[in-house]
Amino acid sequence: MKKIEAIIRPEKLECVKKALEESGYVAMTVTEVKGRGEQKGIKLQFRGREVDVDFLQKTKIEIVAEDKDVDRIIDIITSSARTGKYGDGRIFVLPVEKSVKIRTGEEVSE
Amino acid sequence: MDSGDTAWILVSTALVMLMTPGVGLFYAGMVRKKNAVNMIALSFVCLVVVSIIWVAYAYSLAFGSDVAGFTGDLSYAFLEKVGFDPLDGMTIPHLVFVIYQMMFAVITLAILTSAVAERVKLSSFIIFGILWITLVYAPFAHWLWGNGWLAKLGALDFAGGMVVHISSGFAALALAFVVGKRGGFGEYNIEPHNIPMTLLGAALLWFGWFGFNGGSALAANGLAANAIVVTNTSAAVAGAVWMIIGWIKGKPGSLGIVSGAIAGLAAITPAAGFVDVKGAIIIGLVSGIICYLAMDFRIKKQIDESLDAWAIHGIGGLWGSLAVGIFATTSINEFAGLINGSVSLLKAQIIAVIATVIYAFVVSYVLAKIVDAVFGLRVSNEEEYVGLDVSQHEEVAYA
Repeated sequence: MKKIEAIIRPEKLECVKKALEESGYVAMTVTEVKGRGEQKGIKLQFRGREVDVDFLQKTKIEIVAEDKDVDRIIDIITSSARTGKYGDGRIFVLPVEKSVKIRTGEEVSE
Repeated sequence: MDSGDTAWILVSTALVMLMTPGVGLFYAGMVRKKNAVNMIALSFVCLVVVSIIWVAYAYSLAFGSDVAGFTGDLSYAFLEKVGFDPLDGMTIPHLVFVIYQMMFAVITLAILTSAVAERVKLSSFIIFGILWITLVYAPFAHWLWGNGWLAKLGALDFAGGMVVHISSGFAALALAFVVGKRGGFGEYNIEPHNIPMTLLGAALLWFGWFGFNGGSALAANGLAANAIVVTNTSAAVAGAVWMIIGWIKGKPGSLGIVSGAIAGLAAITPAAGFVDVKGAIIIGLVSGIICYLAMDFRIKKQIDESLDAWAIHGIGGLWGSLAVGIFATTSINEFAGLINGSVSLLKAQIIAVIATVIYAFVVSYVLAKIVDAVFGLRVSNEEEYVGLDVSQHEEVAYA
């Protein structure tokens, strides 16, 4: 079992959500976050002086999935969240030791 | 001089003043949170800038001695010859009239910030605003209220159906064409970030409108009372119409209810001193339907007149201005419309509406093109992406 954490542009959330849902991946947790990548945010130029906008608004999607589904989910997210410009985000995959459904106490582990 | 009248118009001035930050809050709730400060700030910028040019020269252009029916002269520039004594036919100090009218000019410019939401360069908007008040608003005020050519023609505009709402609504449409769509418009949803803020703004607008229309009687009398009664009625009917449309299509969204109410308020504005409550009900009913259809049309045509000044104020003002010629009744004022057997008023209203729609759209379009060519109306893509709060003000609404 793996946890997929995708940091994406906020405006792409609807698009990613829809694409995942169409492929049967409904469950997810979404958080509003701020961050910066290799570009270190954005530099703006105003009236002769520079302003750094260090952290940009991003959206984090967390999905826990079977190992066999991970690549497919990554494909769906990359294709639906991509604009081709800097700031499209990043996907991380983490191992998950255990998953427990609170309603039933059902435990899932590999 | 009448102290009761003076007191009422001073209060009305304060009521109308509060509408401008009300517009700011109304609009701010409908944009993304990265642009919330900018949207409110634009309204305050209108208050700051127009207050200065109004006393400097714009009041005089609007209400100074007539020059060829088109504009006033500069005899009242810097409020020269404006004092405590009333103008002929008025019972309030001339100074009170000046500041009451100032608040109308301020809010008119604030309404058209709808067109440039989330993408305008603050400095260029200020330049556009000064030119626009000088070349569009002041002439309109003169044409209809300053004894200009439309007033001489017999056209009526009680509190600004043409001067305020057609001018700002159709200018907003022209400006939206020049400034272009927001990045991502039509590609993904641009959701309102704070609906309670928009509802608060709408509440301040409805509240202030009692001074806007009631004060336009320029006296504390029965006509002012009628204006307030018909204003409230039209707003309520149009709000109910949007609520019903919302219900039929799904849920009665609060944003629709208040948008409808404002459409009703804009539509009754030119007619508030000429129609009775039966006329107000029809004006509200029709404005609720046609302003909704106009908004629907704008969305279908993918025009990013972002916060619907055109659909609500422009079309609402247009309908209300025509409605004066239909529903004006001598039981309220001295003028009779079509249903009371007179065709001449409707003819004058049609000519006035056509003239103001064309002039507002064309001159605003040309002014926007000039400002865009010289200074650039729009922020850069990067500035738009991080939001105008940071890029224009170096502030954020929410830490």
